[in-house]
Amino acid sequence: MTPETAILVAIIVPLVGALAIALAGRFSANLREAATAITSISLIWVVWGLLPTLMDGGRPSIEVSEIMPGLSIAFTVEPLGMLFAALASGLWLINSIYSVGYMRGNKEKNQTRFFACFALALSATMGIAFAGNLFTLFLFYELLTLSTYPLVSHKGDAATVRSARIYLGVLLSTSIGLFLPAIIWTYSLAGTGDFTAGGILAGKLDDPEIGLLLGLFVFGIGKAAVMPVHKWLPAAMVAPTPVSALLHAVAVVKAGVFAITKIIVYVFGIDFLFDAPSSQWLVYVAAFTIVTASLVALRQTNIKRLLAYSTIAQLSYVVMAAAILKPLAEVGASLHMVAHAFGKITLFFAAGAIYVASKKTEVHQLRGIGRRMPWTMAAFTIGALSMIGVPPTGGFVSKWYILAGAFEANNLVAIFTIIASTVLNAAYFLPILYMAWFEREPVGGKEHGEAPFLAVLALCITAILTLAFFLFNGPVIELESQVVKGLN
Amino acid sequence: MDLLAHLPALQVIVPMLSAPLIVLLQPRGLAWAGATASALVSFAIAITLTLAVLDGQTLEYAMGGWPAPFGITLAVDALTALMLLIVTGASAVALLAAKPSIDQQIELERQPLFYSAWLLALSGLVGIVVAADAFNIFVFMEISSLASYILIAGGPDRRALPAVFKYLMMGTIGATFYLIGVGLIYMMTGTLNMADMEARLGDVTDINPVLVAAGFITIGLALKAAVFPLHVWVPNAYTHAPHMVTVFLAACATKVALYVLIRFDYMIFQAALDGHQIQFALFAMPLAILGILVASAVAMFEGHLKRLLASSSIAQIGYILLGASFVSIAGLSASAAHLFNHALAKGGLFLAVACLAYQYRDLRLSQLGGASTRMPWTCAAFVVCGLSLIGVPGTAGFISKWLLINAALGSGAWGWALVAIILLSSLMAVVYVWRIVEALYFLPPKEGEVAVSEAPMQLLIITGLVAVLNIYFGLFPQVPLDLANSAAVLLVEGTK
Amino acid sequence: MKLLELLGYFNYWVFAIILTVGLYAVISKSNLIKKLIGLSIFQSAVFLMYITMDKVEGGTAPIIQAGVKDQIFSNPLPQVLILTAIVVGVSTLALGLAMVVRINECYGTIEENEILDAD
Repeated sequence: MTPETAILVAIIVPLVGALAIALAGRFSANLREAATAITSISLIWVVWGLLPTLMDGGRPSIEVSEIMPGLSIAFTVEPLGMLFAALASGLWLINSIYSVGYMRGNKEKNQTRFFACFALALSATMGIAFAGNLFTLFLFYELLTLSTYPLVSHKGDAATVRSARIYLGVLLSTSIGLFLPAIIWTYSLAGTGDFTAGGILAGKLDDPEIGLLLGLFVFGIGKAAVMPVHKWLPAAMVAPTPVSALLHAVAVVKAGVFAITKIIVYVFGIDFLFDAPSSQWLVYVAAFTIVTASLVALRQTNIKRLLAYSTIAQLSYVVMAAAILKPLAEVGASLHMVAHAFGKITLFFAAGAIYVASKKTEVHQLRGIGRRMPWTMAAFTIGALSMIGVPPTGGFVSKWYILAGAFEANNLVAIFTIIASTVLNAAYFLPILYMAWFEREPVGGKEHGEAPFLAVLALCITAILTLAFFLFNGPVIELESQVVKGLN
Repeated sequence: MDLLAHLPALQVIVPMLSAPLIVLLQPRGLAWAGATASALVSFAIAITLTLAVLDGQTLEYAMGGWPAPFGITLAVDALTALMLLIVTGASAVALLAAKPSIDQQIELERQPLFYSAWLLALSGLVGIVVAADAFNIFVFMEISSLASYILIAGGPDRRALPAVFKYLMMGTIGATFYLIGVGLIYMMTGTLNMADMEARLGDVTDINPVLVAAGFITIGLALKAAVFPLHVWVPNAYTHAPHMVTVFLAACATKVALYVLIRFDYMIFQAALDGHQIQFALFAMPLAILGILVASAVAMFEGHLKRLLASSSIAQIGYILLGASFVSIAGLSASAAHLFNHALAKGGLFLAVACLAYQYRDLRLSQLGGASTRMPWTCAAFVVCGLSLIGVPGTAGFISKWLLINAALGSGAWGWALVAIILLSSLMAVVYVWRIVEALYFLPPKEGEVAVSEAPMQLLIITGLVAVLNIYFGLFPQVPLDLANSAAVLLVEGTK
Repeated sequence: MKLLELLGYFNYWVFAIILTVGLYAVISKSNLIKKLIGLSIFQSAVFLMYITMDKVEGGTAPIIQAGVKDQIFSNPLPQVLILTAIVVGVSTLALGLAMVVRINECYGTIEENEILDAD
C-alpha cells in the first residue's frame, strides 16, 4: 500500500467499520464488538504505517476531487496531522476496550448506534488530521460535529436533548458564522487554502485585519473551546463517559486546537504572525481562558464537569503555546496535545469506572474510595499529577517546552499564566486525591468493588502511557521538530 | 434532420400527447406505469439535450419548419438545459416513487386522470423552458398552472380546495400581468420571438411602454415564482397537496417562473432600458433579503412539517433572487447552481415527508414521536437532505452557498453585510431543520398507537437515492456547475 | 395633455378601468363566485387591449381579395393571440367554478371567511 492510498484507507476504514458494526449489531453484541476491534486495529495498522514515511521527511498527498477551480478535497500528511491521527487511532482501540466494559456494565440502550457513530466520528477525525487544505478541514470538521451529536444525545431524555442542542448549536453556529467566512476570506485573499509550509497569507494582509482573521478562525473553531465559545464542552458531558473520554478529551477538542495550530503554522505562518502586533491578543485570550476555566473548575462538584473545565483550560494551553509563535513553543503545543490526551483520557476513564461501579458522580462522594477501587484511583492520581505537571508524568514534558518557548519569546504573560494555572490545577486536584486516599468512607455507603475488568484494563494502559511519555517522547519531538525546521 | 434536432420539440410533445393516452389505459393500474414511462422518456431527452449543450451546441427548433421571426421556435441553451434537467428529473423521480403514496391518497378510478394532469403539468413546465416565444410561454404557463391546480386539489385533504382557489386567483392574475407586458412589448416591436424582441427593442425610442411592460412582467412572474411578499399562496398549496405533488411542484414549479423572470430582465429589457439590470437589482435585492429572513423566521416557529418546508422554500427562492440581483456572472451562476441544488435538497426532503406521511397521518412536529426507531432509513435520508438544505459542506447545498457568498463578496462595498445575512439565514436553517430532527429522533412515541413500520420499498429506495445524490453533487458538482457557469455567461454577456 | 390626445387613448382608458374593477372585485369580495366574476372582468380588460392595438386606421379584415390592391389590413396576429387567451380564460373560469362546486360540497359554503373559520 502506497502512503497515498493509506491516507484514503485511513478515512474509509472507520466508515466501513461503522457499516459493519451497524450490520453486526443486528446479530450479536459479541460480533459487533469484534467488528469494532478489527476496525480499530486495522486503523492503527494503516495510520501508524505512515509514520516511517513521515520520519524520513515524506509528505504524501492526494487529491480526491476538484469541486471548483481552486477548491478541492485533498489530503496531505504532515507531522502535526500524523501525530494527531496516530494519537486518536491508538487511543480509539483502548477506548473501545473500555467502552465495551462501560456500556455493558451500565446496560446502556442503543449500543449499536453508539459504536457505529463512534466509528464515524473517527473517520471524520482522520479526515481532519490529514486535511490538505482549509476546505477539506472544514468539511470533516462539520462531519465530526454531526457524527458526535448522536453520541452526545445518546440518553435521549429531555435534559440530554437540551444539552445536545447547546453542543450542536454552539459548534455549528461558530463554524458557519465565523469559521466559514474566515475560510472564504482566506481563499479570496490567497486564491488557495492549501496548507503550505511558511503560510499562504504572507504579504497579502495587513494589521489589523490579521488579528481579525485570526479571531474569526480561533472563535470559529469552537471545538478548541477558547472562552467565550466553551459552553458546549460542559454541555457535552451528558454523553456516556467513553464519549467524554475519547471525543471530549482527545478527538473532538484536539481537532479544535489541532486546527488552530495548523492554521497558525501553515496558513498564517509563524514568522508572519509574530511580526503582526494585532495577533498578540490571542495569547491574552488563551491566558484568560486558562485562568478562568481553572477557577471555575475549582467550584465544580460534579466530577465530569470538573474535568470538562480542566479540559477547557488545558486546551488553551495548546492555543497559547501555538500563539507564542516560537519553534520550541510549537513543539510544546504538539507535545501537550499528546500529554494531555493521555492524562485526561485516564481521568475520564476513572470517572466512568467509578460511575459504573458505584453510580457516584460528585466529588464529595469520593471519600475513601481509594480503598475500594485502588487500581482506578491510582490511575486517576497519575492523570491528575500529569495535569498539574509533576514529574515523572507526560504533563511535565510539555509544560517544560511551552515554558522554554515562552522564555525564548520573553512572553511574561504566558510564563505567569503557566505558573498560576499550575497552582490552580493543584488546588482542585490535590483535595480529591487526599479525599480518596486518606479520608474515611462515610458509614452506610454502598458496597462495591472495582469496575468491570475491561474498563480497569483500559485505564491502567492509559495511565502507564502517561508515565511512559515522560521518558519516551523522543520520536514525537523529532517528528514535530520537522514542522518548525528552518524557522528561528 | 436527425433525431437530436427534433428533441426540443419532442421534449414537450412526448408528455403532452401521452397525457390523453394515459386516460384510455385499461386496467386502471397501468396509468402509473404509462405516466412514469413518459416521464422517464422526457428525462432521457433532457439528458441528451444537456449532453449536446455541454458539447457546445445551442439547439434551435423551428416548429413546422417556419423560420424564426414568423414561426414558433424552441431554443435550448445552457440555462434551458439546466432547467430541463430539474423539471424532468423532479417529475421522473417523483413518479418513480409515487405509486404507494398515490395509491394511498387517490382512488384508483381517478388515478388515470390524475396522472394525465401530472403529464400536462410536466409538458407545460418544459414548454415554458424551451419556448423562445413570449406568447407561447404564456400558453404553456397556463397549461402547467391549470394542471397543477388539479394536482394540488386531487388529494383527500379538503383544505387543499381553498388553497388551490387562492393559488388559481393569484396565478391567473400573475399570468394576466405577464400577458399585458407581452402585449405592450409587441406593440412596440411587432414581434413575439424573444431573440427578435431583444434585437428590436434596441431601436425603440419611446421607452415608456417598455418600462410599463417591464413592471407588469416582473410583478406577474414574481407572483408565479412566489417571490416574497407575493408568496402567500405557497404555504397552503404545498401543505395540503398530495405528498407526491408537493415533491414535484416544490422542486421545480416556482423555479420555472423565476427562470422566465431572469430571462426577461437580463436579456430582453436590457436592450431598450439602459441599466435595467441595475433597476432590477435594486428591486430584487431588498425583496430577496426580506424573503430570506422573514420566511426563515416563520419556518423557525412553524409547527407543521410540510408548511415549515414550504416556508423554507420561499426563503430559498430569496437566495436565487439574491444571486441574480448581483448582476454578475458569479452571482448568476450561484443562482443557477442553487436552482439545481435546492431542487435536489427540497425534493429529497418532501420525498422523505411522503415516506413519513405514509405512516403518520398527522404531520405536525409534535405528532412525529418515535419516527426514528420505526422508520430509521426515512429519517436518515431526511437528515442528509436537511443538511444539504442548511448547506453543510460535502452536500450539494454547500456548493451554491459557497458560490453565493463569493459572489456577494465580489458585489461591492455591501458584500460583507450580504455575507452576514446569508450566514445568519443558514443558522436559521440549522434551527428549523434541527427542530424537525429533534422531533423525529427524540419525541417519545404516542401511547396506544399501532406500531408503524418503514415506508414501502419503492418510495424508500428513491428517497435514499435522492439523499445520496445530495452528497454526490456536493463532492462532484462539475455538471451542474458547468451548466450554471455557461448560463451565467450567456445571461450577462449574451446581450453585448 | 390635450383633451383630444386623451380621448385618442379612449380604449386604453377603458382597459385600465376594467382591469382595476376586476382586480378590485377579486380582492374585496368574499363570495368565491363573485371573485371568479371579478377575475373574468380582469382578463377581459386584456382582451380589449390586444384588440385595440391591432386596429389599423382604415384597415379591414385581413382577407386577400382577388384584384384589389393596396388594401390596408388590421393586424391579425393579436386577434389570434387573444383567441388563445380567451380559451385559456374560459378554461381557468371552468376550473375555478369546478373548485367552487367542490368547496361547496366539502364546506357547505362559498363565503371565504366562513371557509377559513371551518378549518
